[in-house]
Amino acid sequence: MENIEKADQLKKNNRVRLLTRERSKTAMIGTQLSDKTGQSHIIELVGVNKSFGEVQVMRDITFYIRSNEFLTLLGPSGCGKTTTLRVLGGFEQPDSGTVTFEGHDLLPIPPHERELNTVFQRYALFPHLDVAENVAFGLQIKKLPQGEIDSRVSQMLSLVKLDGYGARAIDQLSGGQMQRVAIARALVNLPKVLLLDEPLGALDLKMRKEMQIELKQMQRELGITFVYVTHDQEEALTMSDSVIVMNEGAIQQIGRPIDIYNEPRNAFVADFIGESNIINGRMHEDFRVLICDKWFPCVDRRHENEEVDVVIRPEDIDLVKPADNLLNGIVTSATFKGVHYEMIVEACDLEWLVHSTDHKAEGSEVGLSFGPDDVHIMVKSAFSPMRGKSDQDSASHESERGADYE
Amino acid sequence: MNKRFGRLSFPYIIWVAVFTIAPLLLVAFFAFTSYDINGNLYFTLQGFRNIFSGATVTLDWLGLKSILGLDIQVPVYVTVFLKSLSIAVIATLISLLLGYPVAWLLAKLKIAKKRSADFLLFLTVMPMWMNALLRTYAWLALLEPTGIINTFLGNLGIGPVQFLYNDFGIGLGMVYNYLPFMILPIYSVLVKIHPSLLEASSDLGADNIYTLRKVIIPLSLPGVYSGINMVLMPAMTTFLIPDLLGGGRYMLIGNAIQRQYMISRDYTTGSALTILLLIFVLISMSVINRNAAEMSEEGGLM
Repeated sequence: MENIEKADQLKKNNRVRLLTRERSKTAMIGTQLSDKTGQSHIIELVGVNKSFGEVQVMRDITFYIRSNEFLTLLGPSGCGKTTTLRVLGGFEQPDSGTVTFEGHDLLPIPPHERELNTVFQRYALFPHLDVAENVAFGLQIKKLPQGEIDSRVSQMLSLVKLDGYGARAIDQLSGGQMQRVAIARALVNLPKVLLLDEPLGALDLKMRKEMQIELKQMQRELGITFVYVTHDQEEALTMSDSVIVMNEGAIQQIGRPIDIYNEPRNAFVADFIGESNIINGRMHEDFRVLICDKWFPCVDRRHENEEVDVVIRPEDIDLVKPADNLLNGIVTSATFKGVHYEMIVEACDLEWLVHSTDHKAEGSEVGLSFGPDDVHIMVKSAFSPMRGKSDQDSASHESERGADYE
Repeated sequence: MNKRFGRLSFPYIIWVAVFTIAPLLLVAFFAFTSYDINGNLYFTLQGFRNIFSGATVTLDWLGLKSILGLDIQVPVYVTVFLKSLSIAVIATLISLLLGYPVAWLLAKLKIAKKRSADFLLFLTVMPMWMNALLRTYAWLALLEPTGIINTFLGNLGIGPVQFLYNDFGIGLGMVYNYLPFMILPIYSVLVKIHPSLLEASSDLGADNIYTLRKVIIPLSLPGVYSGINMVLMPAMTTFLIPDLLGGGRYMLIGNAIQRQYMISRDYTTGSALTILLLIFVLISMSVINRNAAEMSEEGGLM
């Protein structure tokens, strides 16, 4: 009992800390915005549709991008995020809808005249040129004096920590170094917007974490708007000012990382961002939801439709002694994950995923305890689950991308 | 390890011995030997002497005589050799100019996953499956003074144009016969250029012409070199094409060798000519390949 309380306390502290940090960040974004209210929206997409043959990859996509923000398009493979980026880069023309860049129509402008640069998924470095020549490619087209080109290239190479690599051939570089060259090659042109298409996908985990921090730093230092495409929800939450969650060509939710995590708008978002238990529930009245024939308090009002999805995050569930007013079940597996234990509890014919620092042995009888704040009520959608426990790693399905390019 | 691989390469060694080394040795043997009246074999350099000491003519190459008015006397075989080289080089250049755009078009269709790509490639390769003699005869029927093209031109009130028995006819025959050997290696390099490289180029501000000059052509150079190798060498040594389209009166180095063997029955001179030609081919190929290697070193190709 003592343990549980301790863990509970710890978690609450954590959350408070998280929230305050987030608040200060919001304040920062706020000031940034008020600084340049005139041009706060650098790019706007309105009602953009795009189909490849029978498949509609962009459905009525509408969003805007603020100046100097780090925006992430997040979703599983085939959700339309890469196509959205390619529309911005000029490599795809949408079937309908408008895209404006600083208030001007962007669509008739060919890629080579757009003030955006792209970091491609597989880097797309020129194999017949060395590192410096790759970085200088864009500047050479602009016919800058050779002296200026050289100094900007070496400046950029030192920014991406590749000093002295200028004369290296591309095939002598590691994946991480190629990545940096690709970023340098795009940034050296000082674009207003940098588009990044899963730039870290081919790197190992450690390298990816390092690059995430470095990219975020570069974005802040240079004050360039970043539009970042990824299927990695952790990456999105770590780096972004705003996240757009997409699935099957449609936007599911737009918001700050914390909002998307804490207040997912539907079962898809809840499932895709972090791990969650998504359960069928019924709401007959305000502030009370029926789960597995038991009533639980919640903070939402009654929905028009009685059938709802209930989302409870695994870390919001505490395992306590079985009690009449709780859902009771049996622990079927318990795995040590470092910071916490991951336990699966079978209760009312559903598998519940529970994260807790407090270990319960397999086979022990437990009650699932969660507070009204932890119960998120969502309208039923196409993504509503058939079972209690969701796919724990929908993101990892995409690890073998590759055809994503087309 | 080495020993194991050594054993694995055994079939290849036999292949090389039977099909490359043995014929070469035989040619070398013929080049340095002859039979006396009694039918005894003896060593001789007469073959090489024949090549360089025969009748001389005034060299007219690159306008030396006709434009500059120079009178340089050279052995007949030198003029034949230079004539062969000029026609082969011109045919190779024309093949390159015609073949590169075709290869580019085919590669573009292939990358776009168009079905027509495979069909067009098939059409490109198909003539290679037909007998070269027949294909060249077909050109005779087309180009003759009373042939299909001249009949058509005649109806328009033009001609008849003399297409055959001149440099044009032979050059045309060479380009026609060897064009697929130019297209295929260039095509196979172009299809391997990832489309994202072209997008990256355009993303960085390059228009199509700049991308062609700075990305596509440099990346396709290995294919261009191998295409040049594959067209220049057979064009240089062919005897069939000048024989048919030159009306039997046209003498290129290939015909010279063929006549020594088949008409004069002078194996010694024929073999000596073959050896000299082979040495020239090996030297020029090594020059081309060294160039190619340097280019790729510089740019880190392949």
